[in-house]
Amino acid sequence: MATTYFSDVVKEKIGAVQDYSLLAGRSISNLFAQPRYYADTLLQADLIGVGSLPIVVLIGFFTGAVLALQTASTLQQFGSLSLTGKLVALSMVRELGPVLTGILVSGRNSSGMASELGSMKVTEQIDAMRAMGVDPTKKLVTPRVIATVVMLFFLSIISDLVGLAGGFVISYLLLGLDPNQYWTTAYQALRFGDVFMGLGKPVMFGFIISSIGCYYGMTAKGGTEGVGRATTQAVVSASVLIVVSDFFLTKLLMEFFQY
Amino acid sequence: MGFEQPVLDQISFELVRGETKVVLGEAGTGKTLLLKLALGLLKPDAGRITVLGEQISAMREQDMYALRRQIGMVFQESALFDSLTVEENVAYRLIEETGMITDKIHARVLEALEFVELGHTSSLFPSELSGGMRRRVAIARAIITQPEILLYDSPTGGLDPVTSNTIIELVVKQRDVYQTGSLLVTHRLQDAFTMASHYFDRKLNKMVPLEDGSARNMHTTFLILRDHKIIFEGTAPELLRSHDPYIREYLS
Repeated sequence: MATTYFSDVVKEKIGAVQDYSLLAGRSISNLFAQPRYYADTLLQADLIGVGSLPIVVLIGFFTGAVLALQTASTLQQFGSLSLTGKLVALSMVRELGPVLTGILVSGRNSSGMASELGSMKVTEQIDAMRAMGVDPTKKLVTPRVIATVVMLFFLSIISDLVGLAGGFVISYLLLGLDPNQYWTTAYQALRFGDVFMGLGKPVMFGFIISSIGCYYGMTAKGGTEGVGRATTQAVVSASVLIVVSDFFLTKLLMEFFQY
Repeated sequence: MGFEQPVLDQISFELVRGETKVVLGEAGTGKTLLLKLALGLLKPDAGRITVLGEQISAMREQDMYALRRQIGMVFQESALFDSLTVEENVAYRLIEETGMITDKIHARVLEALEFVELGHTSSLFPSELSGGMRRRVAIARAIITQPEILLYDSPTGGLDPVTSNTIIELVVKQRDVYQTGSLLVTHRLQDAFTMASHYFDRKLNKMVPLEDGSARNMHTTFLILRDHKIIFEGTAPELLRSHDPYIREYLS
């Protein structure tokens, strides 16, 4: 009995991974097939990109500021306060900018996608769409995936920049660092590998956020309670996957760029 | 996990062009499932389903979209897109082709909405309509492209008798005016018999009962499901003559 239960659970999990992989694959292969829904993609880009901008700016600024504040005391012990700009730049661009923006957008949009598509699923609107000859993966999933990937890329750049500005405000006003020194060390610290890492991560995180959000939405069942469950699972899974994949991606890129 | 017992077993029937087949049965006998299988929304575990000459049980999902455009489906809970207006809902298939509502599409939407006598609701949202009106909008959405086949999933379920009658009148109108073949799932016996005993009079623009002794072909047959199988298939008079104890009880 216990064995049957165990094998059923395993089968269910493997089935879920298979369904997710198929959906993720379709979301990409749809890029090369007609019809393409440009208007839906633009609408999603506005919702995800412009909608997340204020919160990304706010979080980015204060992350950079606190980074400068925290590291300054340690750097001061070694007499290297002048390296604050370098430290903020490397931390923001390589790690904190993409990851924090990813987690923010995941909380905001992965949940939104899961609940929107989930509501459509449980009220048979997805089936109605299929019944009318419209492919829901083309109409609903691919526009969200493209919009999230593109927007997260730019949001991460903005977050990096605002974070550097936050670090600068603290360095200049509280630590008394020379503005020129801050920006020069920050600029000179960044190598091609750092920027590549900082810009590559949001592409992957954007794909994780949107495909996970859409997957949980498209497979929601069990009425409003099911939609709630799908929403929570989407945010949790997307956030965990972002952090875990960040580690592996960082390791891989570090090997590649020989850090 | 998993259902050991198949929901539908050894089901075999044919829907002739222009014919309406009323699928009857208790709740949970797989009536809705039958429609979803016919539309390819679900796949059978075994067997073959042929729709409009294409064997859909062997088709990939992405190949089925073109075929589905020739079939209209009215869902049990209407399944209207709640973020779109009535006009956008009804025009959905047409907008898919052109990308926007043109004057021509607008005219066709109005025509479809007039057919269900809801021409004044085009700018409203589904949440602003009553249950019966939503059902009629769903019918308008299904018929706008004049599909070859219509699938109605309990179109009168949960509605009052007067509204139910309005819906059945629309179904009869579609059957007699456009001669569209259809599968109609219902658990309301009176709907089925209304369909078999009434026809749509174009001059009077309403549904009228068949005169006694009329030899008019009503193009309506019945199919009764019980315990996962078909227990009856035939016309209304044949159904009334049946000696099957379950059917006798069902009819009483």
